Amino acid sequence: MTLPTVLPLLVWVLPFAAFVLLAVVAPLRRAGPRAGLLSIGAMGVAFMAALVVWVEDFRGEATWSWIPSDGGPIATVGVLVDPVSNAMLVLVTLVSLLVQVYSLAYLGDEPPASLGRYYTYQSLFAVSMLGLVLSPGFLQMFVFWELVGLCSYLLIGYWYERPAAARAAVKAFWITKLGDVGFVIGIVLLWSATGTFDFGELFAKAQEHALAIDRLGTIMFLIYLGAVGKSAQFPLHVWLPDAMEGPTPVSALIHAATMVTAGVFMVTRAEPLFALVPEVLTLIGWVGAFTALLAATMACVESDIKRVLAYSTVSQLGYMMAAAGAGAADAGFLHLLTHGLFKALLFLAAGAVIHTVGTNDIFRMGGLFRAMPQTALVFIVGTLALAGVPPLAGFFSKEAVLSGVWEAQLTGPFLMLALTALLTAFYMFRVVFVAFFGRAFGAGHPHEAPWLMRGPLWLLAALTVAVGIRLAMGGEHEAPAWLVSLSLALAFAGFALAWAMYQRGVVDPATFASALAPLDFLARRRYGIDALYGGLYRGLVLGFARLIGWIDRYLVDGVLNVLSALTLRGGDGLRRIQNGRPQDYVYGVAFGVLLLIVWAQLWR
Amino acid sequence: MSGLQAYLVLAALVFAIGLFGVLTRRNAVGILLGIELMLNAVNINLVAFARFNGDLGGVVFTLFTISITVAEVAVGLAIVIAIFRVRRTVEADRLDLLRG
Repeated sequence: MTLPTVLPLLVWVLPFAAFVLLAVVAPLRRAGPRAGLLSIGAMGVAFMAALVVWVEDFRGEATWSWIPSDGGPIATVGVLVDPVSNAMLVLVTLVSLLVQVYSLAYLGDEPPASLGRYYTYQSLFAVSMLGLVLSPGFLQMFVFWELVGLCSYLLIGYWYERPAAARAAVKAFWITKLGDVGFVIGIVLLWSATGTFDFGELFAKAQEHALAIDRLGTIMFLIYLGAVGKSAQFPLHVWLPDAMEGPTPVSALIHAATMVTAGVFMVTRAEPLFALVPEVLTLIGWVGAFTALLAATMACVESDIKRVLAYSTVSQLGYMMAAAGAGAADAGFLHLLTHGLFKALLFLAAGAVIHTVGTNDIFRMGGLFRAMPQTALVFIVGTLALAGVPPLAGFFSKEAVLSGVWEAQLTGPFLMLALTALLTAFYMFRVVFVAFFGRAFGAGHPHEAPWLMRGPLWLLAALTVAVGIRLAMGGEHEAPAWLVSLSLALAFAGFALAWAMYQRGVVDPATFASALAPLDFLARRRYGIDALYGGLYRGLVLGFARLIGWIDRYLVDGVLNVLSALTLRGGDGLRRIQNGRPQDYVYGVAFGVLLLIVWAQLWR
Repeated sequence: MSGLQAYLVLAALVFAIGLFGVLTRRNAVGILLGIELMLNAVNINLVAFARFNGDLGGVVFTLFTISITVAEVAVGLAIVIAIFRVRRTVEADRLDLLRG
């Protein structure tokens, strides 16, 4: 145990201590804002520690045996500290800290006991996410993987009295579980083939080409399935838009910046293993690009500001996965980090708008720029970053992703991603123009959010700009010039289209939609995927349940009913024998004796 | 037919007549008479075996049986009278309070 492993462990232990305190000491939890302050304090110190770890560029590994057995431990737990986990530590603690501060104001009207519960979940989430990031092996990663899934469920269903929130929580849980089944089967298969969960050992074997396992492709595909569920890749993306039923800070933290990127993180972490199976990588690339395009089209017709951002998150996760599939996991990971910053910013800004306007519908907002210029400004910063405008953070990471996909000669995915870049600029500026500019017929009396909420917004906006400038100065920008001009042109085209449609009114959105009628029809119905799952659920699961119900009611219960009816009838029949007349009994006795005598005579 | 066998046949006949009476009589007093016949058939058997086997035990046993039979008839008739007082009948068919 040296400093490079102790300090990351401290980052993990602090929120854990806060969680245990809040979970065990009920009066503290019911204290509401004070519970929040405890959680924020722990998170703040953890963030400082994470910052030190990142700046000092610590590396190291410390493991303890967890499941001991004869030939060495079956599984180990511990911390693995390297540049990837260091960057994630900073991102997770930073966004957690800002979101927790923001929530103090955003959820200020909640009853204290509920607020305490919220901060308990938040601390648990931070613990789980940090544990996942620091995992030195697949097994520990899976444990924390499931824990973040649990926290996601708890926080989506934070307003559990609302049926929609409760349903969305269950949906998110089940659909991610669908992928997790593949994940756990893959991990166990990999373990049975190699005898270890440990990343270090697995990567060493991969490097020595000593990982000649049958069906490695299948195993890695199963492991990838876990990322499909968690990172909302097609066809398991349907849970993420519904997850917006949770409080907006939760969406910012869990469903934009951290948890949903766990899949990308896992693929990045296990890249040496995925590199051995090019077929799976190609699949990851195609699925990622397709997800990016699909989600972007759905974002274009959505009118709920949070859902637009949710589809945008799905789309950007597709970008990251496409990069990972193209073998440019570094680019995908960079996009993960920058996206975490500006998407959290966008969500928190949207939260500030929703908080003051009281609706999610962008068409019931309008003219908010004058009412809340600061929020509008940071939202525009986030939009520019997401659309990929230099010198903001999103530009460079997106560029890296695109050039990575191009270099891997995945032309199909590259075209899809380029089209997505256009759509991204379009749907984000559509929100900006409709909600912040245009005629002022916003509901209520919109006003600027309190400082507790504006502070995190400004900080994130400043970081988005600063990281972008840092990347521009870094000079690691290797994308060919034509690619840069192409993506700038695409971003500008999207902006111009949105401006023409929603600001100038040159192009009527309705005519535009009817020109693309089939696509519009499909996108508005989410390509029928939700309906398909609903139908499958009703058809298969409910059908099976009905079958089982029928068997239980008519076969199992039927046998018992017949038995009991027979017993009743039999008893009724036998009752008549006991007629109360002694003479009849004596008849029986005499007849019985006669039988005995005959029997004794015949069978002696 | 030897001596013993004649007695046994007689006893069996008396027993059968008694059983027939018990089973067919509708009057409780008649049933008690049937039981008397059956018991006496047994007594005939006991005395016959005692006589032919030269064992007095059978005779002694018969004396006991006779005295117990007397007590049994006394109790039986008392019960019949008690029933008659309550139900105003001693028809066995109508005394079916223990019906299931």
